[in-house]
Amino acid sequence: MLCLYVLLAPALMAVIAALFPWRAWIGWTSAGSSALVLGLGVALCVHTTLHSPVTTLHGALRADALSAFMVVVIGAIALLATLFTPRTMRQEIEDGSTDARRARHYVILMQVFITCMLLAILAANLGVMWVSIEATTIATTFLVGHRRTDEAFEASWKYIILCSIGIALAFLGTVLVYYADLHVGTHHSTSLDWTSVLAVAHHLNPDVMRLAFALLVLGYGTKVGLVPMHSWLPDAHSQAPAPISALMSGVLLTVAFYALLRFRAIAAMALGPNFPRTLFLVVGLASLVLASALLIAQRDLKRMLAYSSIEHMGLLALGAAAGTPLAIAAVLLHILGHGITKSVLFLSSGEIAHAEGTTEIAKITGLLARRPVLGGIFGVGLLALVGFPPFSIFVSELSMARAEVDVGLWWAVAISLVCLGVIFGAIGMHARQMLLGEPSTAGTVATARSVAVPLVSALVVVALLGVLAWPLQSLLHSAANAVVR
Amino acid sequence: MSTTYVGALELFSGAVLVSAVMTLWLRQVRSIVAMLRLQGIALAAVALVLAIHQHDNGLLITALLVLAVKGAVVPSLLGRVADLDADSRESSPLVNVSASLVFAAILIVLSYVVGSRIIFLAPSAATRLTPIGIATVLVGYFMLVTRRKVVSKIVGLILVDNGIALVTFLLTAGVPLIVELGSSLDVLLVVVVLQFLILNMGRRLRMNEIADMKELHD
Repeated sequence: MLCLYVLLAPALMAVIAALFPWRAWIGWTSAGSSALVLGLGVALCVHTTLHSPVTTLHGALRADALSAFMVVVIGAIALLATLFTPRTMRQEIEDGSTDARRARHYVILMQVFITCMLLAILAANLGVMWVSIEATTIATTFLVGHRRTDEAFEASWKYIILCSIGIALAFLGTVLVYYADLHVGTHHSTSLDWTSVLAVAHHLNPDVMRLAFALLVLGYGTKVGLVPMHSWLPDAHSQAPAPISALMSGVLLTVAFYALLRFRAIAAMALGPNFPRTLFLVVGLASLVLASALLIAQRDLKRMLAYSSIEHMGLLALGAAAGTPLAIAAVLLHILGHGITKSVLFLSSGEIAHAEGTTEIAKITGLLARRPVLGGIFGVGLLALVGFPPFSIFVSELSMARAEVDVGLWWAVAISLVCLGVIFGAIGMHARQMLLGEPSTAGTVATARSVAVPLVSALVVVALLGVLAWPLQSLLHSAANAVVR
Repeated sequence: MSTTYVGALELFSGAVLVSAVMTLWLRQVRSIVAMLRLQGIALAAVALVLAIHQHDNGLLITALLVLAVKGAVVPSLLGRVADLDADSRESSPLVNVSASLVFAAILIVLSYVVGSRIIFLAPSAATRLTPIGIATVLVGYFMLVTRRKVVSKIVGLILVDNGIALVTFLLTAGVPLIVELGSSLDVLLVVVVLQFLILNMGRRLRMNEIADMKELHD
């Protein structure tokens, strides 16, 4: 039943938000619902690691260690994002950029969005997973366009058109997997359940599977933001309100990546490791190279963070290319570490944008002197993002690199190290401009405790994940073993 | 296997592709939407023929669903967008109409090449027609890339979707009903959202060309 409760928490919250007009308590209740998802996710993790995968509703919902881990990722980032909902809405209502009616829509859609992500993770059926991921596009389109400016509408237009045509390819890929599955001699399952497809994966026709997997990588790759289907990402992530950017960058991208991990397991059994590896290498390296090139000349704070997401998705693709249990465990740790760090950065950039009235990097100077706490959080977040120890991104990047060298991909590691060096320089240069530099006003401005406490705690968690040498070790390994044989 | 069954299947699948190619040839947005309605009905007919032949009740429901969503609701929603701009025409496609038709022919040949890599696994009257679905998908993508009006972009998206639905019916006699329900709902919602965006976008974007969208860039 745990699976069902996980889905019900945000779904009921959406209903509550629809029934009552916008008040701050709705915002706080939605944070409570995200905390509940996080708690249930931890319970699922304990259960699936110690015992076995759980199924509910006649097998329609299924959670193994991997899905349980992803529920925790979604819960943690949703908690951060929803904690900022009352504040963001109050600010927007004060400056007249939104009203109570749209604040209500915002909360409803945000909870629908979280429900769809959780359903994508928990659906046993690969078709239902596709439907849920496509549904996240629909919910988030309105959230991207929340500000109703020309730019926001343009970003939502590009977002829904590109993601819909991309994800259509993933549907075609799913249908081909189903077709191959239907024509495995002795097998009579007519479902699209991941476990039943995986059980006969050895016998799936390789010619059909090659085409199917290529379509899936291209299709879900669009939602992940992998090059060459990435062009919607910087626009959407920079136009959405900060908590939505945090959810989209921190976790929606990796929910789509989760779908690729599931299909990678099937493809690796049907085709051997080399075909999936080649595809992941191509899209991963292309994403890294493009992100590093475009980060150098970036002028906008939120677009900088968005390109950094493309970079990190590229790193995940390289980890998946290695495809060993160690590599996948590191990929999962990276998903969590990057998700939390990027959310902290987007949320603090939202505060910076509100306080400074701009997201243009050149117009923000001396942040550390003027707003020591906010600037400090932002600076530490950037350090965590570019892979400084003790933060967990350092550990996961190192482990992914080690796993890649183990399978002979040292040349890919070399290329990615060069890219990471360039990105380090680029982000460092922008950070220096914004954090240090000549203060534009004298005196310091305090940062509200409701901003500082959640963000600092989140950064402490990321540091602890790195320092405590994989407190999640057994969970990460059973999660990785779910998709690596 | 009766010849009526094969004949009906060929007729309706063919109608799906012909209407896709017709959308490339027509310029009046209103006629393009009418063609899309025709395509939705042909697609539902394919599902119906398969459902009757295979005595598959799930597929029968799917056929009705497709008829309602793709044959009625979606074209009506698009029609409202087209009405905004009564004599709207695709005036300056990136590739002109006659060249587009040549490209369509090339895409159809290409889809037979790709299709043969799939059909061999289970050759039957239905699966042999799969290339028609693939060709519809490719024509849809071509439309998306080369047409500049917002309505034409949406038409391209729907062509892609209808093509994939046709492939699904022909290859696997439809995906499980729950998936079919979900994906139809998704398509419907996407069109609703797109319509909302067009109706709410500023005048600058509303009527005209997507090429004018230049606010966001690096």
